[in-house]
Amino acid sequence: MDETTQAIVKTFQERFGAQTDEFRGEVSLILPPAHIQAACQALRDEFEFNLLSEETAVDYWGETSFGRNDSSSEQSPRFHVVYRIRSLPRNQIIGLRVPLDGNAPVMPSITSIYANADWFERELWDMFGIRFEGHPDLRRIVMPYDWVGHPLRKDYPLGYEEVQFSFNFDEIDERKPYAQE
Amino acid sequence: MGIEQKLGNLGIVTLKLEEVINWSRTNAMWPMLFGLACCAIEMMSAQASNYDMSRFGMELMRASPRQSDLMIVAGRVTRKMSPILRRLYDQMPDPKWVISMGDCASCGGVFNNYAIVQGVDEVVPVDVYVAGCPPRPEALIHGIVTLYEKVKSERMKDWA
Repeated sequence: MDETTQAIVKTFQERFGAQTDEFRGEVSLILPPAHIQAACQALRDEFEFNLLSEETAVDYWGETSFGRNDSSSEQSPRFHVVYRIRSLPRNQIIGLRVPLDGNAPVMPSITSIYANADWFERELWDMFGIRFEGHPDLRRIVMPYDWVGHPLRKDYPLGYEEVQFSFNFDEIDERKPYAQE
Repeated sequence: MGIEQKLGNLGIVTLKLEEVINWSRTNAMWPMLFGLACCAIEMMSAQASNYDMSRFGMELMRASPRQSDLMIVAGRVTRKMSPILRRLYDQMPDPKWVISMGDCASCGGVFNNYAIVQGVDEVVPVDVYVAGCPPRPEALIHGIVTLYEKVKSERMKDWA
C-alpha cells in the first residue's frame, strides 16, 4: 500500500479501532457499526474520499468459518455491510466493512455524509432487512410496497412454483390462478 | 348472387355481416406497445422494414391503450408491474385481444422466482401464445396470423 493509504489505515486503527484486511493491493477496514458515521466523515473531510461508489451487504448465514475472515459462530455477525469509497482527486478506492448481528440488524445511516447512500440503504432494507437509523425515508425500493420478507437473505426460498412437466401438467393446471375477463 | 346480377354496374357486393366485421378487424388491428424486455427488440424488428408488420394491417403501434385493439405483452412481467398491466388492459376498449410473446410472458421463462409473474395469463386473458426466447420476427408474425384466423372464425352469436 502506498503512503496515503497507510496514513489512513493508521488513523483508523488509532481512532476507531479498525482491523485491516489486504487483498491484492486493495485495503479493507473492518469497523464496528457505532463508528461508521465518524469514519465516513473523516474520510470525506480529511482524506478527500468524495464518492461513495457502492454500499452493499453480504449474508453469511450458514457458512462455516472456512469461507470467512473471522472464525466466529454462524449467527453473529451474520451481515457485513460493505462500503466502497473512491477518492477522485487521488484515484484511489478504499473498502469498509461493518459486521452486523443477524437479529434485527440496525446501524446508523451515512446519508448525511454521502447523499447517494439514500437509495443504497433503501435497497439494503428491502433486500436484507437492515435498518438504518437517521435515514430520511426508509421504505422498499425494488419489491412491491406491501411485500413481506427480505428476498436476498440466504434463508429466503429460492424458486417460486413447481415446474410443469408433462406428467404433472394437469394437476398444476388446475391450481394455477388464471385471469378472468 | 341475386342482387349483383341485376345491378352489376353499380358495384354492389353481398357478404355475410360476420365476414365483413371480422375482415375489417383483422385488416386494421393496431397493437399497443407493451415491450418490456428483450422481446421488445424482436417486436420492433418485426415492425421495421425487413419483416414488415404493416402488410398485416399494423401500420402503427399506439402507445395509448384507448386507441389500440391488440396488446402484445413482450417480455418479463414483474410482480410490481402486474397491476399496471391489468389496468392498461382494462383501459382498452372492446374488442381486444392479447398476444403473449416470448417464454417469460407465456410461462415465466427461465425465471422461476419471487419477482417474475409465472405466465402473464395470471393477469390478463391471453388469446395466442408465441414461444421463443426471444421469438424470431417470423414467429411473431406467425402468431399474429394465427390470431387473425381466430378472429375470422368468430361468430356473431358469441358477441351478443
